[in-house]
Amino acid sequence: MITLTHYLVLAAILFAISVFGIFMNRKNLIVLLMAIELMLLAVNMNFIAFSQFLGDTAGQVFVFFILTVAAAESAIGLAILVVLFRSLRSINVEDLDSLKG
Amino acid sequence: MNIMTWSSLNAGVATPEIFLLCATCAILLIDVFLSDAKRHISYVLTLATLVATGCLLVAGYSLQPLLAFNGMFVADPLASLSKLGMVVGVILMLVYGRGYAVARGLFRGELFTLTLCALLGMMVMASAVNFVVLYVGLELLSLSLYALVALQRDSSRSTEAAMKYFILGALASGLLLYGMSMIYGATQSLDVFVISQKIANDEANRLLAVFGIVFIVTGLGFKLGAVPFHMWAPDVYDGAPTLISQLIGSAPKVAAFAFIMRILAQALEGFAFDWRSMLMVLAVLSLVIGNLTAIAQVNIKRMFAYSTISHMGFLLLGIMAATPGGYAAAFFYAMTYMLTAAAGFGIIMLLSREGFEADQIADFRGLNKRSPWFAAMMLIVMFSMAGIPVFVGFFAKLAIIQALVGLGLVWLAVIAVLMSVIGAFYYLRIVKVMYFEDPTDAAPIAAGTDAKLVLSVNCLLLLVLGMMPDRLLTALTTALQFSLHTGL
Repeated sequence: MITLTHYLVLAAILFAISVFGIFMNRKNLIVLLMAIELMLLAVNMNFIAFSQFLGDTAGQVFVFFILTVAAAESAIGLAILVVLFRSLRSINVEDLDSLKG
Repeated sequence: MNIMTWSSLNAGVATPEIFLLCATCAILLIDVFLSDAKRHISYVLTLATLVATGCLLVAGYSLQPLLAFNGMFVADPLASLSKLGMVVGVILMLVYGRGYAVARGLFRGELFTLTLCALLGMMVMASAVNFVVLYVGLELLSLSLYALVALQRDSSRSTEAAMKYFILGALASGLLLYGMSMIYGATQSLDVFVISQKIANDEANRLLAVFGIVFIVTGLGFKLGAVPFHMWAPDVYDGAPTLISQLIGSAPKVAAFAFIMRILAQALEGFAFDWRSMLMVLAVLSLVIGNLTAIAQVNIKRMFAYSTISHMGFLLLGIMAATPGGYAAAFFYAMTYMLTAAAGFGIIMLLSREGFEADQIADFRGLNKRSPWFAAMMLIVMFSMAGIPVFVGFFAKLAIIQALVGLGLVWLAVIAVLMSVIGAFYYLRIVKVMYFEDPTDAAPIAAGTDAKLVLSVNCLLLLVLGMMPDRLLTALTTALQFSLHTGL
């Protein structure tokens, strides 16, 4: 029997992987964008699990909003990435170092 | 379950937002058909939209909270007053930034429509009483700001800042959402009023809720730029075009205040004991690190970023007090800080010209000899930020400290005062550079008369509000009273 706890633990693991992905990744910006997507999906998992087990549909509606906004967010992220690549000729995280202090 | 009809939506309550949305779409369309020489038409239309939105807000002001969209949206005094503040902030940004934008090729349709979208997002944030709407408003603001930071496409600094802002902003949204999902699990509701009721009736799962609060406070800390989640702020303020730095540094702070009030003070009021201690840590760290790091800066935009961090520490102290007096003091702080920051960045923009950013502290050398008027305006802004009496910053800080002392948190008040004294050092250093050093730059200052006039009014307001703060403070206190304690 799969219980609410299983889903929550799975979502927590996905969330932790994405946070590690954001902080540990030092090579590739695309991986960062993927980690951000994964984070939002982990949240969706949480909302759907709660929604299902608490018998309240509002959580599922929220998931649709998150999915929509996530699409817009990755569009903006990729657009910034393209602009950045044009001026920097690199998508390496370590090359983002001209602003410091 | 009510059957949804047009009249039950009560959409009239959201007239300012609906008007702003329609006007934004209209400006987006009109701008496509304008040649570059006629771009000022979009500028005038944008300003007209902002003024009209402000008038609608004033006309629709009511002390009693009005619900709309089946309890997802509320127009209460907290929302209306903070929205008015945001509209003023955006108007100031456009007026001060006009010359700056023209000189850098940023005076394009995107600037106007994205700014209006950001404002719409802020207004929705201030009025939302449902987690879905809060999130959508926050994202509308954030996504517009990411794009605005990258507006100067050919500058690698500006795009780098946009990338950093985007990644940390998205991370913050993720954390906030994760926290919201936990609160949803704990209370089975996304509605602010229902959540607060369930917590009051002890029907919420405490463990889940506190777990969620940790993530929510972390997410808010990122968005607000509070230490230890502040690392994006200096880079973004520094890398973004100054006019966007001004937008990020002024109006969204008021929106963030309203947002925090909705989540922490309204929905999660019953767990105040838990979030208060978290906010206290954030506030103290922000005050200490913000002020100490600001001393080391040579770039004035970076210095403003660290000074914003320390001011956010003060704001959090007011919210942390979790008393009506503390909330009112924090509201006052957010509003007046918005005016002060707008003037500060405005002066940097008005001093800049094509190919010269005026963003180093050294660029302010001998400003008094070049233009006594500009030096006097900067003096007012610096004195107000430092919290020197007569100027409004002093009174804002005093109100927060009074709230803290009223709660018996004298040690926090002492830390706040000590850090303000340290902070005064770097503000006064700018005054010293302006008045007691010789100018190295002899180029004339080419600022428009309209911007100068608005700047004078803005700085005069800092002085007048500092001498007569009671009226605004009373208005804000009443607004909060009616918004937070009517128990819908």
